[in-house]
Amino acid sequence: MKIAAGSHTGTGTWLVQRATAVVLALALPVLGMRILLALPVDFVGWRALFQPVAMRVACVLAAAALALHAWVGLRDVLMDYVRPTLVRLILYLVVIVTLAGSVAALAATLWSLP
Amino acid sequence: MKFRLYRYNPESGDPPFMQDVELDIDPAGKMLLDALIAIKAQDETLSLRRSCREGVCGSDAVNVNGRNRLACITPLGELKEPVEVRPLPGLPVIRDLVVDMEPFFRQYRSIKPWLVNDEPEPEVERLQSPQERAQLDGLYECILCGCCTTACPSSWWNPETFVGPAGLLQAYRFLADSRDEATSARLDHLEDPYRLYRCRGILNCVDICPKGLNPAAAIGRIRALLVKRRV
Repeated sequence: MKIAAGSHTGTGTWLVQRATAVVLALALPVLGMRILLALPVDFVGWRALFQPVAMRVACVLAAAALALHAWVGLRDVLMDYVRPTLVRLILYLVVIVTLAGSVAALAATLWSLP
Repeated sequence: MKFRLYRYNPESGDPPFMQDVELDIDPAGKMLLDALIAIKAQDETLSLRRSCREGVCGSDAVNVNGRNRLACITPLGELKEPVEVRPLPGLPVIRDLVVDMEPFFRQYRSIKPWLVNDEPEPEVERLQSPQERAQLDGLYECILCGCCTTACPSSWWNPETFVGPAGLLQAYRFLADSRDEATSARLDHLEDPYRLYRCRGILNCVDICPKGLNPAAAIGRIRALLVKRRV
């Protein structure tokens, strides 16, 4: 059987990777500077840093962009190196759960600050 | 000059090996192909492809000291000794330096490398303006030697599904042609996770092309067409 081609899906994932790269290029330096300038911080200072909702939302959005970016990249690596469909599906699932779980954990942590 | 040549004869049943060869040759003004032909004169069992001997036919592409090049336009003087000559990587070896180009040409055929135009034929030719013709510069010069595609890691990992730099350069050559009408169908055929998007921008193709062409830029333009169509 011939290998099927032309599923109209490549452009979307490629755009996601490029768009999230732009978001990260803008967000990471800003967030990094924000945290670096506040150093050294004790727990109170740390809490104050993440108290504004805007900061928390920005952090979660940046993490989501990073997760999406990493998903496309890791999917590409798995597509290149892992051929058996079942193994690849399981690895996809592991990557998705890990990435989505990390973003969710970050959001939960930021919103559970006392 | 000292050479190390990849030798393989499937009929003998022996595994491939590297053969050390000494050749009395003055490198001044000579190309690698001259040396290979001189070695073949000493030992006629050495197999290699060559035809035009001036970088136009693309049949003598080999891997020289780890780099894909056309033997006929590679000056002997600039090569470090021993000059290690191997067949193009990633393609089945038929014998010595001769590889089976079929996987490469199968991908080339897959992009339909001909003009598709169902309009009634005009009295004379289908004319192009000088500007339209200029769109093909940097594309039509490809001689299909296979140096770029066989240097591309994405082509090594996915030879059946990734079109490869040479094929994609030609795909853009026909997309860019004002006389071609199959733009949509051509883009449809390239838009999947493998055929175009396996290109990770490694740029070996640009680095290695003996004709100085830029397949990566052509791939970028195809992507731009796909994005424009999408958004």
